[in-house]
Amino acid sequence: MSYSKPTFQHPDSKKNNVGYYKSDYEGVISTLCAGCGHDSISGAIVQACYEISLEPHRLAKLSGIGCSSKTPTYFLSNSHGFNSVHGRMPSIATGANMANKDLIYLGVSGDGDTASIGMGQFVHAIRRNVNMVYIVMNNGCYGLTKGQDSATADFGSISKAGGENPYQAIDLVGLALELNATFVGRSFSGDKSQLVPMIKAAMSHPGFALLDVISPCVTFNNNKGSTKSYSHVRAHIEATSIFDFVPEEEEIKVDYGEGKDAEVELFDGSKIHLSKLAPEWNPTDRFSAVKRLQSAKSEGKILTGLMYINPESEDLHKKMNTSDEPLNAIDEHVLCPGSQKLAEINASFR
Amino acid sequence: MKPTDTKDPEYFHKVVDCQYACPAHTPVPEYIRLIAAGKYTEAYMINWESNVFPGVLGRTCDRPCEPACRRGRVEEEPVAICRLKRVAADNKSEVKHLMPQGPFISNGKKIALIGGGPASLTVARDLAPLGYEIHLYDEWNKGGGMMRTQIPAFRLPIEVLDEEVNYILDMGIHTHFNTFVESMAEILSKDYDAVFVGTGAPKGRPLKITGFDEARENIHIGIEFLASVAFEHVDSIGKNVIVLGGGNTAMDCCRTSKRIGGENVTVVVRSPRKDMKASPWEITDAEREDILILNNMPPKEFVVENGKLIGVRFEKVRAEYDENGRRSLIPTGEPDVFIEADDVIIAIGQDNAFPWIERDLGIEFGKWDIPVLNKITFQSTLPKVFFGGDAAFGPENVITAVAHGHQAAISIDLFCRDENLLNRPAPMTTLVSQKMGIHEWTYDNSIAADFRYQVPHEDKTISLTDRKIEVELGFDQNLGFKEAQRCLNCDVQTVFTTNLCIECDACVDVCPTDCITFTNNGEESDLRTRLNAPARNLEQDLYVSELLPTKRVMIKDEDVCLHCGLCAERCPTAAWDMQKYLYNVTKAYQ
Repeated sequence: MSYSKPTFQHPDSKKNNVGYYKSDYEGVISTLCAGCGHDSISGAIVQACYEISLEPHRLAKLSGIGCSSKTPTYFLSNSHGFNSVHGRMPSIATGANMANKDLIYLGVSGDGDTASIGMGQFVHAIRRNVNMVYIVMNNGCYGLTKGQDSATADFGSISKAGGENPYQAIDLVGLALELNATFVGRSFSGDKSQLVPMIKAAMSHPGFALLDVISPCVTFNNNKGSTKSYSHVRAHIEATSIFDFVPEEEEIKVDYGEGKDAEVELFDGSKIHLSKLAPEWNPTDRFSAVKRLQSAKSEGKILTGLMYINPESEDLHKKMNTSDEPLNAIDEHVLCPGSQKLAEINASFR
Repeated sequence: MKPTDTKDPEYFHKVVDCQYACPAHTPVPEYIRLIAAGKYTEAYMINWESNVFPGVLGRTCDRPCEPACRRGRVEEEPVAICRLKRVAADNKSEVKHLMPQGPFISNGKKIALIGGGPASLTVARDLAPLGYEIHLYDEWNKGGGMMRTQIPAFRLPIEVLDEEVNYILDMGIHTHFNTFVESMAEILSKDYDAVFVGTGAPKGRPLKITGFDEARENIHIGIEFLASVAFEHVDSIGKNVIVLGGGNTAMDCCRTSKRIGGENVTVVVRSPRKDMKASPWEITDAEREDILILNNMPPKEFVVENGKLIGVRFEKVRAEYDENGRRSLIPTGEPDVFIEADDVIIAIGQDNAFPWIERDLGIEFGKWDIPVLNKITFQSTLPKVFFGGDAAFGPENVITAVAHGHQAAISIDLFCRDENLLNRPAPMTTLVSQKMGIHEWTYDNSIAADFRYQVPHEDKTISLTDRKIEVELGFDQNLGFKEAQRCLNCDVQTVFTTNLCIECDACVDVCPTDCITFTNNGEESDLRTRLNAPARNLEQDLYVSELLPTKRVMIKDEDVCLHCGLCAERCPTAAWDMQKYLYNVTKAYQ
């Protein structure tokens, strides 16, 4: 018996621009249930970071509690990590982000961690526009405690035990749009061609980027009647657009045709290309996004893709006019100027 | 592409690269696992069933399996398959009771085998248990053929050869040793139901350039020289020896010379080093014994002074290749090189020779005096006469001769039972799941990162003193275990069941070598370019599933799959399963 990953890789594997193989972005082998959607999302994160040539030490992964929050162990072993208290990941991320704006912050949470115990934290991270990617691995159930319905379980969805969910679901995408989040997207763990560019775009976005990723729980919520099973999602999925992320330094190679295409330039010069699948929707118009989301919902469709992006996003650092230099690089005397300085400040308020 | 037909016995066979490349299709991973488990006797018997001479081949095989080994595609070097075979042979316990035991009930048929080499001995072993009365003819006083006459004792100890030859002769074979068959007509006039010719390629090529006749006394033909040494007709050679030729016989000749008096032994090859026919390890072994190998020097003249050979004059050339890769040797214009020599050994090739087969018997011969044969049945144009080994299609190697022997035995048996010779028995195959529990398989699926282990050698100050001292000491049990752990178990197949797959991508994410892709179907040439890792090795198949619910197909590139089982480990529905595929060529007596 063995349960370790071989050290061999494909002989044609290539290093990216910063000299790493894709396997350098992996973590230890997953201990989640075989077939868990979360593992696919981990795979997408690995691929996205490899493709944008991110140096692993430039990323901090933060999580709370739950199956989803275990996943940071399964990707980017060479990055910073913090596995925090249940539902409190946004606070840790906010603090870390305030202390050091040089890192990319990747928060990983689940539907329980976000929509129940962590709801208060989640909405305030949005409100403050903390510069981070916030991935919700959303399976509609509490997998770690044997699959009870979570707050994102759809009304009428049938659990593995046969019970019908009597409560309305919290739609995290709708909520984020309501709260004026500056980047809102939804994807599906089983669709890497959409998820990978979306993670890349979210990482380039200067502000709070929510990715609500539907991620089937194979063990407790992949049964008939569940609205978050592989087969149900595949049958009801509808995308806002065909999506591509183009980093700043790369040339645009794809011809997108005219009319229904949109291009959004991000703060760092990167671009998002969208081949829109619904003409009335505009990715930079929040009202059209809300409308599009609601109409899909009323048709029983699961809308995925980029919903909304605010290209003028100003993150918390900008709002607070904080130091550009990370706190850990600032000299102790500057950081803590002493009691005399404190007395002066206090005096200024008198 | 069409869904892969895994019911075709050759599909999964091809995935087991080593076994597929082996002329006798020995189930390599199966016996390597047994060696790792310390079950040497069982490992030996798997070999013996398939290749008849595990102890001999574990030392001397040309190892077509090793260049094919998958390990060589994911790291530097293949598994030392050949030398692991020797571990089984060296450490086995008593095996004779596991072999077919005579006396066998006679079926009333008599077969003559001409030549006592590996091909004939294989035919004997396969047919004797069926009750055939086997008569084996050989010019020497013992069986073994070229294994005895051409492979020096420092590579193959006589006891090892005797043991394995005797396993067969002890089955009640009627031997006619010291009998040179001079006439096929005479053999045919006896009451044999069939005749098998396994006389090898016994004629070494001479090199009749200037001075050959004058210096004849000190010019030796490679295979004749080796045979003379083996039978102790020759026990010394001059101090300065030149060996002409770049094949394995040349390597055996130079190393033998070094042991019987040759002090300055030089191998001179007309072609560049990379074109030398000798196995790389045999070249290395020769050089380790301080034998100089010179390339790009065709011989021009045997230089004779006072009626005695004093050396050889060589031209200097360089190789040029045309667009078809055909080589020509162009003189460089540099002055000729003279190398002193007391004796010269010519080892530039060998040919079949059938002066003893009368040409009016109905046995047709084609180009280069090679018999006209059916390539599947080995039957000649005279129905009761069969050929095999080097005698069939020209010089090859022991393992090829064994493979011929098995097929010829099947043909002879069908022939004697008046059945259609093309009605060949299907291979025996089994495909069995290896799952034992969560994260648990019946095979050791962890991938050892170890590099290939080197076989320890005897100190050359000792081994060069006596041509009977074996140079290679073989892996001990500990090294054998470590080397065996390098095997990737390619016979444990990744078997995919389309209707169980829920397309969760778990296998795609976990595969360490990016073998698996779910995508839209297409033409093979197009598919190969758009997999997660492009499939550039066209010799390796793509495993294609049936259509999945999302209208995609699963494509697995067999090329660099490690058979680590992680896809099956991470599969929630057991759509992937690891199943051991055992493929055995059916033998006449089975």
